[in-house]
Amino acid sequence: MIFGVTRIVNFAHGSFYMLGAYLAWTLVTNLPRGHLGFWGGVLAAALIVGVLGVLIEVLLLRRIYKAPELFQLLATFGVVLIVQDLALLTWGPQDLLGPRAPGLRGATEVLGVRFPLYELFLIAVGPVMLGLLWLLFHRTRWGTLVRAATADREMVGALGVNQRMLFTTVFFLGSVLAGLGGALQLPRESVNLQMDLAIIAEAFVVVVVGGLGSLPGAFLAALLIGQMQAFGILIFPKITLVLAFLVMAVVLVVRPHGLLGRAPSSAHAAQVVEPPLEATPGWGRILLLALLALAILVPPFLGDFALIVFTEIAIMVLFAASLHFIMGPGGMASFGHAAYFGLGAYGAGLLVKHLAAPMEVGLLAAPFAAGLAGFVFGWFCVRLSGVYAAMLTLAFAQIAWSAAFQWVEITGGDNGILGVWPSAWAQPKLVFYYLSLVLCVAATLLLRRAIFAPFGYALRAGRDSPLRAEAIGMDGFHIRWAAFTLAAVAAGIAGGLFAYSKGSVFPTYMAIPRSVDALLMVLLGGVQTISGPIVGALAYTWIHEQLMRLFELWRLFLGAVILLLVLFFPQGLAGVARRRA
Amino acid sequence: MSATLEATDLHKSFGGVHAVAGVTLRVAAGELLALIGPNGAGKSTCFNMLNGQLRPDRGQVRLRGEDITGMPPRRVWRMGVGRTFQITATFGSMTVLENVQMALLSHRRRLFDLWNPVAREDPARALALLERVGMVAQAARPCGVLAYGDLKRVELAIALANDPALLLMDEPTAGMAPAERVALMELTARIAREGGIAVLFTEHDMDVVFGHADRILVLDRGRPIAEGAPEEVRADARVREVYLGTGATHGHA
Repeated sequence: MIFGVTRIVNFAHGSFYMLGAYLAWTLVTNLPRGHLGFWGGVLAAALIVGVLGVLIEVLLLRRIYKAPELFQLLATFGVVLIVQDLALLTWGPQDLLGPRAPGLRGATEVLGVRFPLYELFLIAVGPVMLGLLWLLFHRTRWGTLVRAATADREMVGALGVNQRMLFTTVFFLGSVLAGLGGALQLPRESVNLQMDLAIIAEAFVVVVVGGLGSLPGAFLAALLIGQMQAFGILIFPKITLVLAFLVMAVVLVVRPHGLLGRAPSSAHAAQVVEPPLEATPGWGRILLLALLALAILVPPFLGDFALIVFTEIAIMVLFAASLHFIMGPGGMASFGHAAYFGLGAYGAGLLVKHLAAPMEVGLLAAPFAAGLAGFVFGWFCVRLSGVYAAMLTLAFAQIAWSAAFQWVEITGGDNGILGVWPSAWAQPKLVFYYLSLVLCVAATLLLRRAIFAPFGYALRAGRDSPLRAEAIGMDGFHIRWAAFTLAAVAAGIAGGLFAYSKGSVFPTYMAIPRSVDALLMVLLGGVQTISGPIVGALAYTWIHEQLMRLFELWRLFLGAVILLLVLFFPQGLAGVARRRA
Repeated sequence: MSATLEATDLHKSFGGVHAVAGVTLRVAAGELLALIGPNGAGKSTCFNMLNGQLRPDRGQVRLRGEDITGMPPRRVWRMGVGRTFQITATFGSMTVLENVQMALLSHRRRLFDLWNPVAREDPARALALLERVGMVAQAARPCGVLAYGDLKRVELAIALANDPALLLMDEPTAGMAPAERVALMELTARIAREGGIAVLFTEHDMDVVFGHADRILVLDRGRPIAEGAPEEVRADARVREVYLGTGATHGHA
């Protein structure tokens, strides 16, 4: 509903779900019984979440409806971080167990199998909700407006409908439903701080498979994916997490706009003209050279901890530059770029673990593994555009993540791979730092060179005007595919170095937060500037490091920084510097 | 004389609607053929079948004797077809010069070059093309900031970059001021005649059509109803009927 009307990809929806569960827990267990009771608590939690949703819509999202999709996404991710820390503050880190639902505590026999009554109740809730929403959308004036806005927002605005009210009420209802969903989980699962991202990844998959903005589509997709997972566990217990995302990949390739979705009408879509790509201005060049000089000259005088930070910064510069390559000139947003970073790390780590390969071999295998994945995943991703392409990149990253997480025999699962240390000559922190610096700077410069070469121009050409690009003989698909693979290779180099600098590889290297890190670095620096990713990686890694060191609640501050960035510096740091100059 | 472009018996339906039903046309080197007709006559569909954006249900398109039916637009371009769009399509983040250079780089199949900076390419050929369309003074400006008429000229320079045998121009003067229209069409006609380039264009402005086309093909509801020199078409009773009406209800005529 929310995406259909506002066109905002709302990460914070996962937070609403989590808050619904936490609030319900508090209302049901901490208030004196008889006050609200279980059902009253659940409904009250949903309503409170709805009010929070309205607050976020009014205070934040209203200001950024016209911003590029990615900024909206990041803003909502900022909300996710803030809510995570607020929840940690309020409810603590431990899992909370809720009571069972009164009246539905027992079980019944279905076809000779004991079946909990509450689960039966939940099975009924889904279709009932769908029915109620259907009535709401088809039998009320408000519902008709929502459907009209989903089909053509500009036209509804042109007809004099108060869009603000419409957006806010839609956001309220959407948030209430998310909160209700979370609250209803109370008797089934423990309430914890990982609920938000876990549900949002699946919710994205469901919405995209169903067709963005299609309610029956979402219901159908939820049913399909739920069944796949339920039966998948019988056949392939190892890859249940992968299954949902495989369904999504297949559906999107066959039906690019989802099961019941339609291609968005682009009749009114304003054409965004990207600014010309200029070489970094003179003073900027001097600044970058000065930074490089510092990076070369200062480290011999630093301690081990500072060297680790410096190494990480060098690696992050390359990671950000690799994402910028497809995002800036290519115009393709990737929500899952960490997949290639992580696969680079695993490429090296697995060789060490199973073949005891030396570092030199591992560092060669890293870009190869990541590039291979980029080659395969990219073939799917570059066929789609906009939000759909971005969601597909997220899906592939989640496939990679869940494979690493669930395939314990090979990858060690959650425990990761330990003992990924550099060869003897590169053991000293200083030597490894210089090795990372040389590789990362060289790879970053190569990417930069490609941006100014015909290939980079062709990539931009396809972004600026696919019609014209095709009309002068350009094969946009192959160009984007090659760029995607190249970016994956570069991210793989960064990931391989990261594995050796940490001495270990974990599934978290591929998780959503790391993909968001990369997006933040690129956006902090400014997407349409060449030096952007470098500046962004430096600033972000530094800010991140400081926040983590100074504050226990660093997520809260990071979230706030993101919100400020989105609201006040949409062009990024390098963009602002350029304008001032 | 053999025709540069030869389309035979083109058909295309969308659902139950016969958008184009049996169009045959020929354009010779150096000739300007205008494709006209009221809204919904099938001009755009016809055009899109010639440039590769649509595959005809039936019929054949031949360029200099070679069958190009159903080829994707990028291959049609490589066969020697330049085109301009009704709503200009250029690379807004690049300068005028770079826009033309992209077409040249594509022509030389250098798009996968990851190493040599575009800025160090020899601009002579691109500048010469811009000279021909009178845009050399604005070569360094980004296309995103140009006036609409100038963008049309840049498109023409891009379209000429691969020495095309045929130019396809979809409403080349739409959105331009009257004086600019005449200037652009005179320029196009001169370039076509000098270079022996066949030009096929659609147009709503009848002054442009009757002032510059060598021949005119009139479509109505997917079928050709008249073809010939401007004077002949102007005098044709059926053309007058289609454009002005007869007073009888449309469809009973």
